[in-house]
This record gives sequence, structure tokens and C-alpha cells, in this order.
Amino acid sequence: MPTINSVEDLKRLREEAQKIKEMRDQAGKTQIVVGMGTIGIAAGARETLKAILTFVEEKNLPDIILRQTGNLGLSGMDPVVKVTLPNQEEVVYVKVSPNIARKIMQDHVVGGNVLTEYVFKE
Amino acid sequence: MRELSLHILDIAENSISAGASKVEILVKEDTLNDELWISVKDNGKGMDEEFLAIVMNPFVTSRTTRKVGLGIPLLKQAAEACNGGMTIDSQPGKGTELTTKFQDSHIDRMPLGNLADTFLSLLIGTPGVNWVLHYQVNDQTFHFDDSEVKRVLDGMPLTDYRVIEYLTNTIQNGINGLNENGFKQGVNHAYN
Repeated sequence: MPTINSVEDLKRLREEAQKIKEMRDQAGKTQIVVGMGTIGIAAGARETLKAILTFVEEKNLPDIILRQTGNLGLSGMDPVVKVTLPNQEEVVYVKVSPNIARKIMQDHVVGGNVLTEYVFKE
Repeated sequence: MRELSLHILDIAENSISAGASKVEILVKEDTLNDELWISVKDNGKGMDEEFLAIVMNPFVTSRTTRKVGLGIPLLKQAAEACNGGMTIDSQPGKGTELTTKFQDSHIDRMPLGNLADTFLSLLIGTPGVNWVLHYQVNDQTFHFDDSEVKRVLDGMPLTDYRVIEYLTNTIQNGINGLNENGFKQGVNHAYN
């Protein structure tokens, strides 16, 4: 990093520090993404997301990053949930009801075992 | 969609897709004038007139080059079926404000549904956006702006279980408290 000459430089420095911190933080966390396009919402994606939130809250799970995103492009497969454990491949689950979501949280996110029966197959 | 709150979630998704950094959701139930208003206002990239026409009426246009969803027409249709309608005020580069009005007591008017879960999904699922909820039942209001919470948390994730608990309680209690008091008030007005 060159010498700080202005407030703008300072701002950039802070932003870069923040980015590194975020990357570090996310590397050690489980990422969960719920697809919330129009069809996903109609298929119950909000209830699925809520079930995940409630599980995290009840079990006091640390280091979970939960995000929602638009249509994930798997038509007829909603609600879609992507789970990425630290240093592991992303797993895409389809037709995830709130009950299945709780199972995924318990067995995969907490237990580390992928629930293959609900995983998306091409 | 089974509830208006699911439509709100869907419309707010458009605001996120439009790159908004601030989204304000307003739900106003006025039982005295028998009106229900829902609006979603964002500071995203906005739409030009041509795109707006496609968004409102995706089957009428001859253009097929741009893909648009059905979320807006579905809500528009729901509002029109209840003696209401939809207006969209959008300016490229400035943002979009979508407003829908329903006859509150109309037999076909979908229930508002779980507004708290809709708002929580947005708030926690997309923490990069400043979310504001303004819910009003007659003279009672519940106003929630997440910027204060985020300022205090100073980068701590909203998915921390203690934060989830706090946000869930605050928003649910705020909305439920209003429902009870606001409707009582509406009934009292109507009979006085």
C-alpha cells in the first residue's frame, strides 16, 4: 500500500482491510443461499428460509452466512437451497420444504453428511 | 401467490436486482376508507418508459428481446380484481416506486399474510441493502429502519443467532401489536 495522501486513500485502505476481513471471515463459515425468484417464492421459499433461520436461532449455530438470491434457474425444482461448508464443494438441494430444510441443517450443516436424496441431479 | 406479503417479497426482489441500496416498504391499511395500500420504493437503476410498458404488460408487447418476470403483472391483476390498481413511477438512474391499492374489504382481496417473515427474509437475506418498513393500520404505525441496528452491530453478521432473535421479536411484536390496536381503533371509529 502506497503512502496515504488523502481522505480518499484512507477510505480505500479501510475498504481493502474490510475486504480481507470479509474473505477471511467467509472462508471459515457455512454459506447457505435460498433462491427467491417469483416461482421460488410461490413454491414456498420464504417458509424454507424461515425454517433455516429458526434452526440457526434455536440451536445457537455460529458462523452461518444466510443469503437469498433471485431465480437460480432450475425450473420446476423450487425451492432451491445451496449449501457450502468451509473448504467444501457447493451442494445444491432442490424442492426443499421447511421440513427438508431442517433435515439439511441437522444432517449436513451440523453433521457434515450430504443428504444425497435431495441433491439436484442433472 | 397466497398472500400479499409474498407479492411484496417478490416485488422487493426486483429492487434488489435493480441494484438498490435502499428499499422502503409501505403497507397502509385504512379501514375507515376501506383501502389497503402497498408500495415498494427503491433507489435502484430505474426503468425507461419502454421497459416499464413491457414490465406492466408482458404479453401485449411485440418485443421479445428482454426477459421480464411475471411478478408485477400478477400483483397488478390482483389489485385490479379488488377495485384497485397499480402505478409505477420510475426514472432511469434514480429509482422506482411501485404503488398498489386494493379495496380492503373486497372478497377477492388476498390476506396480507406474514409480513414479518417477508421483511425478515429480505433484511437478513440481503444485508447490503438498507431496509425500511412502514406499516400503518389506521392511525397506528410501526416504523422500522435497519440502519440503526446495522450501525450498532458494526459489521457483525445479522445471521448471528442472537441478532436473529432480536430482529424476529422486534418486527413480529411491532406488526402484531399494531394489528390488535389498529383494528380495534378502526372498529371503534366505525361505530362511533
